Amino acid sequence: MNSQDFVRQMGFLGQDLGRRKSFWETFHIDFPLLVALMILLGFGLMVLYSATDGSLPQMQRQIAFIIASFFIMLAVAQVDVRILRLWAPWMYLGTMGLLIAVKFVGSTGGGAQRWLDLPLLPRFQPSEIMKVVLPLCIAGYFSRRAIPPRFKHVFWSLVLVMLPAALISIQPDLGTALLIAVSGLFVLLLAGIRWKLVFSFIGVAILSSPALWLFYMSDYQKQRIKTLLNPQSDPLGAGWNIIQSQTAIGSGGVNGKGWLNGVQSRLDFLPEGQTDFIVAVLAEEFGLVGMLFLLILYMAIIGRGLYIAAMARDTFSRLLAGSIILTFFVYVFVNIGMVSGILPVVGVPLPMVSLGGTAILTLMVGFGILMSIHTHNKSLIP
Amino acid sequence: MAEKVTLQDHQLERKIVLSRLIVGGIISFLLILLLFARVFYLQVSQFEYYSTKSDSNRIRIQSIVPTRGLIYDRNGVLLAENIPSFTLSLVREYAGDIDQAVDIIASLISLTEDDVDKFRTRLRNRSVPFSAVPVRYNLSEEEIARISVNQYRLPGVSVDAELVRYYPEGEYFAHTVGYLGSITEDELKRLDPVNYSGTHQIGKMGVEKYYEDILHGTVGYETVEKNTHGQVMKVLDRTDPVSGQDIVLHLDSSLQKAAVEALGDYRGAVVALDPHTGGVLALVSKPAFDPNLFVQGISRNEFARLNDPVKTPMFNRALAKYAPGSTFKPFLGLAALNYGLRTWEQTVSDPGYYILENEEHVYHDWTWWINETGHDQVNLQEAIFQSCDVYFYDLAVDMGIDRMHDFLFRFGFGRNTTVDLPDASTGTLPSRQWKIETFGQNWYPGDTLNSSIGQGFTQATPMQLATATLLMANKGQWMKPGILKQIGLEGAPISPNRSLPDIELVDPADWDFMHESMAMVVHKGSGGYRNTGTAYPYIAMERAMPYRMAGKSGTAQVVGMPEDFDNDAEVPEQYRDHALFISFAPVENPQIALAVFVEHGEGGSSVAGPIAREVIDAYLLEDGQLKPEFIFPQISEEEATDTEASTVSGDAVAGVVRESQLVTINE
Repeated sequence: MNSQDFVRQMGFLGQDLGRRKSFWETFHIDFPLLVALMILLGFGLMVLYSATDGSLPQMQRQIAFIIASFFIMLAVAQVDVRILRLWAPWMYLGTMGLLIAVKFVGSTGGGAQRWLDLPLLPRFQPSEIMKVVLPLCIAGYFSRRAIPPRFKHVFWSLVLVMLPAALISIQPDLGTALLIAVSGLFVLLLAGIRWKLVFSFIGVAILSSPALWLFYMSDYQKQRIKTLLNPQSDPLGAGWNIIQSQTAIGSGGVNGKGWLNGVQSRLDFLPEGQTDFIVAVLAEEFGLVGMLFLLILYMAIIGRGLYIAAMARDTFSRLLAGSIILTFFVYVFVNIGMVSGILPVVGVPLPMVSLGGTAILTLMVGFGILMSIHTHNKSLIP
Repeated sequence: MAEKVTLQDHQLERKIVLSRLIVGGIISFLLILLLFARVFYLQVSQFEYYSTKSDSNRIRIQSIVPTRGLIYDRNGVLLAENIPSFTLSLVREYAGDIDQAVDIIASLISLTEDDVDKFRTRLRNRSVPFSAVPVRYNLSEEEIARISVNQYRLPGVSVDAELVRYYPEGEYFAHTVGYLGSITEDELKRLDPVNYSGTHQIGKMGVEKYYEDILHGTVGYETVEKNTHGQVMKVLDRTDPVSGQDIVLHLDSSLQKAAVEALGDYRGAVVALDPHTGGVLALVSKPAFDPNLFVQGISRNEFARLNDPVKTPMFNRALAKYAPGSTFKPFLGLAALNYGLRTWEQTVSDPGYYILENEEHVYHDWTWWINETGHDQVNLQEAIFQSCDVYFYDLAVDMGIDRMHDFLFRFGFGRNTTVDLPDASTGTLPSRQWKIETFGQNWYPGDTLNSSIGQGFTQATPMQLATATLLMANKGQWMKPGILKQIGLEGAPISPNRSLPDIELVDPADWDFMHESMAMVVHKGSGGYRNTGTAYPYIAMERAMPYRMAGKSGTAQVVGMPEDFDNDAEVPEQYRDHALFISFAPVENPQIALAVFVEHGEGGSSVAGPIAREVIDAYLLEDGQLKPEFIFPQISEEEATDTEASTVSGDAVAGVVRESQLVTINE
């Protein structure tokens, strides 16, 4: 069955040349995923160019990051995931060490302690590394145990998920903590944790939400939820972003105002139009057509990712690939949901489009892993 | 063990993960559909709403204020202009903490307490939210630079270039040209909100107020795209404003100044009219104020100073009513002749006082207070140039108040006959009916006596006295006084309806008779004590005049002096009589008619008279000679050069001749 899949992947080359590897397979590149990513990145750069008002330094930086990320993705794709699986526990421990170091020697910026300045390295956020490492670690954990997992394995895997999430949430960076936890939980879900258990978790979460509201959430978080429910309650304050972003999206109409003609962001009405709210710029300038194009691109990438996960040769690869691509979906959904006003405002950038190199780098490492899973020799079972 | 399990359950594990991937895929797909549905809702269903919202976000229509018309005098001298000025303004809604902003501004540029005080007043009085309120005017280049360097510390603060009204002649035309001031909320209610959308000042007084519509112009528009900070990014559409029209006034700037100087330190008013057109040549009220103070917002201290209860610089005395005193006599004299109650020759015996039948009160002649005598036998002419009160008491009793009222009304008393001075008082011209309506009382014969010498209920404005004098000079032909001469420097003179029913006397020769009698007030100096014009010693005796001037003095009591008042003691200023003088000149060919009012000036002939001569001199003379255009009768140039030197004597001779004719009549 695996070899049939392999042959199908090879297309006509596979039929004609049998076992001979194609160019793409030689370099461990998944062509459909690569094409979709390139189109998305290109489209994203176009939107960003408009959103930054043609700011050259910002564009140059973004392009430099994209090119670097591209090569890092290729490099990651060359590594057989079995090696990553072996390293996973150590990478987990190392990244946990960095997160603890952040707590003590991390540098502060924007009211949060998230960065590490280590000698010989650029300033970076260990939480970004954890985005990649956590699914690796949990997938590795379950690949060594029978699935569907037993309760005690679920428990320990939850501990593995919650420890870094807790460390990140106290930085504080609740958004990232939640997304990292989600990427770990996706592994559990894919590993076949019982639905009964899943729904009881969700039930507990809903029941405890009033308590969370009362005892755990800070004022600004409560404000964001209130704002979601009624943006007009404070149109010039907390509701401003969401009102302006919806105005930008809505005023785009079907065909949009045209590239570089979006007024909401160009006249500074839309805050953070280059980062978290960039999709509003896209929707304003390219309209419903542009949004449809973007969502189809994302669906293509997600579909391809799910396909890669389904076709993977072993449980570890399937869990890892599935978690990576579902997490990617969550980014897309949370960001567009927030900007279009169906989710509260949380600081999640639009994947591959928003200004910010490290976010793209992390995502590209993920896609590198996907490509690695899909292109390494599948006939060999460990 | 673990290895074995993995191998054994490989297919099962694959099935588990696959099924979960399928569930995840379906949920992802559905949620992306949800996003699409949401975007569809916003962009298609709600498109109109958000599109409008986006436009109203960015597109603002702002008005462009038209340039206000300039004001010139009859010779093209600028009386009101617009000068560029850099103003520091602040928008309260963007500025945050006002006190802090003011502190920062004060640390950068000079900002007096007075400035801050004015700014706060303007801030309180502003009527439109998000409007820029001026903090300081007339910034220097250096101050502009300091502000722009520190702009980041001053949100909502901007430096704007704008045209501000400037009155180069300052106090001289304060009451006449008026001034611009901030629009009050009351004014805002009755103004056209569209045309005044960008204007924040409006004419408050005088010409600036009356001709507001002509001067203001029509507002223009600009549709602009603004960013979230309110800065204009792009102009989308523009309709230019139409500037206000320039206007030219009848006023003569140099005559106005001469009148102000002639009044000296006295408070009072001068009104000079052109008999040919009714044009107001000079309209002075003293003390005055600097109209430029109001343009930039007056401080409370300054405003308090302008409301001094005695000096009242804001009060326009030229249009306010006062007892006219003996200046009424020439008009009453004409009335008596016209009603056939008196002839020129008829004489009255004046012992120095007059007693009404059945009354105890003694009405004294003014001479009584000097030497306890009267004027003896006087005819009308003598009664005019000697200003005999008893002659007019006697005349008034015969005429009665109602006939007096009807005749004087035709001279413009008791009503405002100006073309463009709506604030002028109508004065008071009493009648039986008037007294019943006003006080609910019957008219007493004593009231008539007081009215006959311009006292009692009778009150007239300097403007009315000047108007009546114009009618006297014009022999009854009406020319309603007006300030506006023409619109635009090159424009044709406007011709408003200046006519009222002309005054026609039964015997038109009475006009000439009265002109001569009034000329005697100024020029008759040959006859000794009883035969000298009251104003002669003060006007014509010392300095020869190259023209003849007709006049009549008036000295109006402010309060009745108690019987036991020591006439030699000095009267406190506020009880001193008002001094008045009406005149026109030259007698043969009147070019100017004027009224002088001097508040508590005491002597109509001695104080107001010389002022009248100075004003007339300023208008008629050039280097001590009559200006060529005023020489009468019109003679050819050759003759003019021949007779130039002898003009004075020639006129004097003419006067003497007429005087002798009159003397003949008297006899």
